[in-house]
Amino acid sequence: MADLNVGDAIPELKVTPDKYLPHRYAGASGDFNPIHIDPELAKAVGLPGTILHGLYMMGLVARAATDLADGDPGKLKRLSVQFRGMGAPETEIAVTGTVKEAGDGKVTVDVVAAQGDNQTIRNAEAEVQL
Amino acid sequence: MTVKTEAVGREWPATTYEVGKEKIGEYARVIGLDNPVYFDREAARAAGYRDVVAPPMFAVVYSSPAVGPAMLDPDVGMNFAAMVHGGQEFEWNEPACSGDEITTTAKCLDISEKDGKGFYVFETNAVNQNGDLVARGTWTLIVRGV
Repeated sequence: MADLNVGDAIPELKVTPDKYLPHRYAGASGDFNPIHIDPELAKAVGLPGTILHGLYMMGLVARAATDLADGDPGKLKRLSVQFRGMGAPETEIAVTGTVKEAGDGKVTVDVVAAQGDNQTIRNAEAEVQL
Repeated sequence: MTVKTEAVGREWPATTYEVGKEKIGEYARVIGLDNPVYFDREAARAAGYRDVVAPPMFAVVYSSPAVGPAMLDPDVGMNFAAMVHGGQEFEWNEPACSGDEITTTAKCLDISEKDGKGFYVFETNAVNQNGDLVARGTWTLIVRGV
């Protein structure tokens, strides 16, 4: 892995989940909360439509973080996030980050996941061994 | 109205989850992960893992059965209709691999109120069949209008 120094941007991860992604994430994770899979129910509770699972978006943040260690899952030591907005299917998600601390073979990265101006995950911090 | 705090410090019964190779693959595909360590036993072993290894956030899959009943407990008293997942943290230690039997306990760390919102914080500790810590999770739920 390339050297990462304080202030460096990490490679951006862009993913556009398709319409049925929340169904597949529900099956994979066991979280069948209907606001993620039933558009009529989602609208009935005041949402524009089904929303993405926050933990799916956190999974993408974890993917971007492990990518710093050549995708090795054992190198991600800690990940802390705040969910600050609802994500929608069929809209591109961009995961970006900036190195906050670097040294002793590990980095701490500030990470954001956003759909346009909607920062669905903020104040996220990932600790990765390099 | 105010939040109830009698459940703070309480622990719920442990749950066990046996990690399966195909379940790891299913989860990894949904997240878009393509490292063969998630799908191929030989690749995982060549990378130093005992078996096909779970992505870090698979911690949700084996920890949720433990924390779910805690969140639903009437003594915790969360209004689900007004609840959002506010924050999540995981710390990882020993990797979770296919064939592992993971035992998770959930505990209520804190319940507090600020600006009309209730903050409910739970901790999960997941250990494997050897007693080694696999992942510690901190789950923060926010309920509006308490």
